[in-house]
Amino acid sequence: MNAVSAVAAPFDVERVRADFPILAQQVNGHPLVYLDSAASGQRPLAVLRAVERYETHYHSNVHRGVHTLSQAATEAFEGARERARRFLNARSTREIVFVRGATEGINLVAQSFARSRFAPGDEILITGLEHHANIVPWQMVCEQSGCTLKVAPIDRRGEVDLGRLLELLTARTRLVAVAHVSNALGTVVPVKRIIEAAHSSGALVLIDGAQAVPHSAVDVRELGCDFYAFSGHKLYGPTGIGVLYGREELLEEMPPWQGGGDMIRTVSFEKSTYNELPWKFEAGTPNISGAVGLAAAMDYLEGLGVEAVAAHEQRLLALATAELERMPGIEIIGTAAHKAAVLSFTLRGCHPHDLGTILDSEGVAIRTGHHCAMPVMTFFDIPATARASFGCYNTEADVRALVAALGKAREVFG
Amino acid sequence: MDLKDLYRDVILDHNRRPRNFGALTGADAQADGHNPLCGDRLTVWVRLEGERIADIRFEGKGCAISTASASLMTEAVKGKDKAAIQALYEQVHTLLTHQEATADASLGKLAALAGVSEFPARVKCATLCWHTLNAALERGADAVTTE
Ligand SMILES: Cc1ncc(COP(=O)(O)O)c(C=O)c1O
Repeated sequence: MNAVSAVAAPFDVERVRADFPILAQQVNGHPLVYLDSAASGQRPLAVLRAVERYETHYHSNVHRGVHTLSQAATEAFEGARERARRFLNARSTREIVFVRGATEGINLVAQSFARSRFAPGDEILITGLEHHANIVPWQMVCEQSGCTLKVAPIDRRGEVDLGRLLELLTARTRLVAVAHVSNALGTVVPVKRIIEAAHSSGALVLIDGAQAVPHSAVDVRELGCDFYAFSGHKLYGPTGIGVLYGREELLEEMPPWQGGGDMIRTVSFEKSTYNELPWKFEAGTPNISGAVGLAAAMDYLEGLGVEAVAAHEQRLLALATAELERMPGIEIIGTAAHKAAVLSFTLRGCHPHDLGTILDSEGVAIRTGHHCAMPVMTFFDIPATARASFGCYNTEADVRALVAALGKAREVFG
Repeated sequence: MDLKDLYRDVILDHNRRPRNFGALTGADAQADGHNPLCGDRLTVWVRLEGERIADIRFEGKGCAISTASASLMTEAVKGKDKAAIQALYEQVHTLLTHQEATADASLGKLAALAGVSEFPARVKCATLCWHTLNAALERGADAVTTE
């Protein structure tokens, strides 16, 4: 996925920026420099308009009415599912479950798949760079089922120690849950190799793709993963919507995890029967406009070309990395050979929280803190990092503004 | 919002050279404070003589606001009794959370924290040490968090 084409595709970032009205504003007297897309991407007009069109023309509940609006809403919602299927190259829309986001997707697998199946002696294997969303749901399953959580360590560059991971992968391992891209470090994890190794050892694999889908074309069949979860809002889509992909045979066997409307076929007080895939996992009225917006975001990103966007971001990452490496006192946290558009760092003598405030006063929005990856911070023995992350709309001028604002921080804390 | 108002010289100085820093031997009580949002952690030790704080020290890792606030606090509360400390905390809290508040002369160097009120996201950084001191005084060794 980290292939950056040698010939830079023509990428007109100014045209892209014009699609994102939120970027054209002043923050604290400076033009906004938004370097926090890893936390949440901004939405292009195409997404906003798709949602508006849905809300103003055909909002209604789905799957239940015979009236025209209800049918239109159902078509839009199920059309979005087909869009997501194509986005991931899944075999069937039966494999595409709409969820609130990556977090809910992982919890669904933890509760519906792992909890009832795993027993004392079984192991779940994760890595040292996971987001809390790919740690805590498994800890809960371990408490509930008595199985054990194993963690493959990372090294000083922020890469997963594959040798150790393969050692930890044993006949006891039932599931490997691993991030495709680390949100705190930017590391691109060689998930294909991990999936192959896990499968040959008899374990299934869930990929947390929250940070990967904005930067690479993901093909779940080519990867061969069993589950893949991501959030719409990191993909230039709305919040509150995301996708869990699961192989049909697995989803078919899994019990529903929430009960209610939409997920049933028949209900009586003696017994209810469940709906078929994927609705079995979608109890209650879903986030219809969110799905519509997500589909529009996929159209938008594929319209720009995921590869072209990734190549653009890689240029910015390389530029920012080179600039920060030259600044005294800056230490880059996460120096993996393959990184997505995430740059975590610390500045000596200046706590990341202070850095965030100073940069904000210059209009530069970065994330500071532990990035929901406390074990990563513990590993590097730091309380927090500052993190700049890049999206399709960032420019070299944004990188220069970051560098200038860091200079200001060094003045204050010099 | 003015950065210079937040990072006044007193703050930067107490961040760089925190006073009363390091463990206190012979402490009667201690408490740990943690701000999960930014990872700030600190420990406060106190030695009491009746209701009065005879000595106080702290240690921890945090941002400039949290470190300076703790350092300033240790200087301000040493020798005071619990009632006076509570009154002082209320004054500091008003200063931190009300932009229109003006620092009373009785606040002394703590007045340097006035700029925090312009940065609502940073108020918790400045109050962590006070919550921790309070825990040390009230509950002994239990940890507190700002959440
Ligand atoms: C790697 C990773 N996994 C999971 C998540 C959780 O995503 P959400 O909060 O949208 O469910 C995030 C979001 O920060 C993430 O970066």
